[in-house]
Amino acid sequence: MEAFNRHAGLVLPLDRANVDTDQIIPKQFLKRIDRTGFGPFLFYDWARRPEFVLNQPQFAGASILLARANFGCGSSREHAPWALMDRGFRALVAPSYADIFYGNCFQNGLLPVRLTEAEVEELFRRAAEHEGYRLTVDLGACTVTDDFGFSASFEVEPHRREALLDGLDDIGRTMAHASAIAAYEAAHQA
Amino acid sequence: MLTLLDKLWSRHTVHQEPDGGPTLLYIDLHLVHEVTSPQAFEGLRLTGRQVRRPDRTWATLDHNVPTADRHLPIADPIAAQQVDALIANCKAFGIPLYDLHAPQQGIVHIVGPEQGLTQPGLTVVCGDSHTSTHGAFGAYAIGIGTTEVEHVLATQTIWLDKPRAMEIRVDGRLGYGVTAKDLVLGIIGRIGTAGARGHAIEYTGTAIRALDMEGRMTVCNMSIEAGGRAGMIAPDDTTFAYLEGRPHAPRGRAWTQAVDQWRQLPTDPGAHYDTTVVMDAAAIAPQVTWGTNPGHVVPVGARVPDPQDETAERALAYMDLCAGTAIEDIALDRVFIGSCTNSRLSDLRAAAAIARGQRVHPRVRAMVVPGSGLIKAAAEREGLDEVFRAAGFEWREAGCSMCLGMNPDILQPGERCASTSNRNFEGRQGSGGRTHLCSPAMAAAAAIAGHFVDVRALARTPESAS
Ligand code: SF4
Repeated sequence: MEAFNRHAGLVLPLDRANVDTDQIIPKQFLKRIDRTGFGPFLFYDWARRPEFVLNQPQFAGASILLARANFGCGSSREHAPWALMDRGFRALVAPSYADIFYGNCFQNGLLPVRLTEAEVEELFRRAAEHEGYRLTVDLGACTVTDDFGFSASFEVEPHRREALLDGLDDIGRTMAHASAIAAYEAAHQA
Repeated sequence: MLTLLDKLWSRHTVHQEPDGGPTLLYIDLHLVHEVTSPQAFEGLRLTGRQVRRPDRTWATLDHNVPTADRHLPIADPIAAQQVDALIANCKAFGIPLYDLHAPQQGIVHIVGPEQGLTQPGLTVVCGDSHTSTHGAFGAYAIGIGTTEVEHVLATQTIWLDKPRAMEIRVDGRLGYGVTAKDLVLGIIGRIGTAGARGHAIEYTGTAIRALDMEGRMTVCNMSIEAGGRAGMIAPDDTTFAYLEGRPHAPRGRAWTQAVDQWRQLPTDPGAHYDTTVVMDAAAIAPQVTWGTNPGHVVPVGARVPDPQDETAERALAYMDLCAGTAIEDIALDRVFIGSCTNSRLSDLRAAAAIARGQRVHPRVRAMVVPGSGLIKAAAEREGLDEVFRAAGFEWREAGCSMCLGMNPDILQPGERCASTSNRNFEGRQGSGGRTHLCSPAMAAAAAIAGHFVDVRALARTPESAS
């Protein structure tokens, strides 16, 4: 997994709530057996309309996705963060995420930042106002900042933060507890 | 004083990180299907890791598989590749698999309970969000992502933050023609699609106790649509009666011991839930969704509501509906009876009771897809297939089918479908398709009328009352 420390990038504002993983990557693209190659199909149904934000040239190369509440609801498919990352996104900013999606992002080095509704509203306003609007997401300091004086801090579970800062893979971390797992199995005849 | 969640959690804790950190939880049962597992097996191969407990891992093919012409090779080469990958991975890692020709083959969340693999007190995971279904037995059952699938394969454990406990208490009796599906849609309508985020739901109350296991599974299945991490119902005699004698259930003395242990699982009187929601079963009518998430739901006698926000406006546009239209005036092109929510024998019986002696409306194409090969066989022994066929429904092989449109069963753009599945997201059943969720009896009645009707207005028959 790629480590995440600090990332500055162009913002793609996706002004929708309850974006589900069927929209992020529709099922007809889940049949691949690799983790890569999903990027071209990101938001496939919406992206067929030329006016969809993802198609607008001023957002080409965006790496921070700004969205509304309950982002990533629905199916558990990890193809959703894979598709986002494959398309070049490194961080998400939204008021809230569905639980499974939230965990899946961390597993892949994609940082889902939670800000308040008011802060997200402000960021949408600024993204509309400034062409080429950029944000800096700093996981070390747990802050989101822009070049115009916006600054907000966010909370993230300490273990998720550390794992992402180090780019540590969970299985390696768990193997340190191998004897505890064996002891559990022995005690529970599992 | 502990909740069911507390008990399941502490019994499976291998290691607890300090200061509110995550728990390393032992997993008793890991269910695997073809769509979310190939990258996990590939990860094991790349790192030279083994499957720690193939004996606690079971695989089935369901999402991709065609539900007709099983004797032919799968026509879609990419789907075939995924199916072949699972077969090869199970072989290489020693994992039992119900393949396309096994009589037990079916939807992963149908097969686990049917085989007695799902039991009270277990932790169950699967790379599929509707794993919450298994919570109906008093298990802690959650959907996980593919990286976590790999982690469980390698270590038989998973790192989790303990969710908060939410009680949804439903007292009173469901009315005639009102089913577990209507109950859970009613709950989602009440608390919203993010209403249980961060929580494990425990369903309690007399209306829940009165449900049979199939109804309980329907309720727990859609916990994820309410935003919940898991859904659970404490085990009781109904649970034990369902399990006894199933192929993987304990037998003899082991059975008695197991039941004794399972009786310890229910939440202690007075234990604390972080959140409690109380509902009256008698107030729930048959439900139909009108929009593009399961929270967009109203009673069948109602009208499409005025949109309250932009999401609802967008939903109405996508669904091509106007606020104020009576639900009963919505005309349908397709009807789908199936999915891990509603494809069990009691669901098929309820639909057949409505379909018996009737004809599907000439404009409608309707299909019935049993959840497993065994359900299909049982339904055929009762002659339900004949009832459906005579009425003009298609009767198909087991699988996820049109629940998600990953196999040949899909909606065409613009087609409108009454569906017993669990998600009405844009394009879920096929790009541009429009989905209305409802119960099996409501779906069957809609197939015949060509539009939604209130099943309670139809003649009472012994079967339809179930
Ligand atoms: S029937 Fe639908 S919801 Fe259930 S496992 Fe299959 S695709 Fe998922």
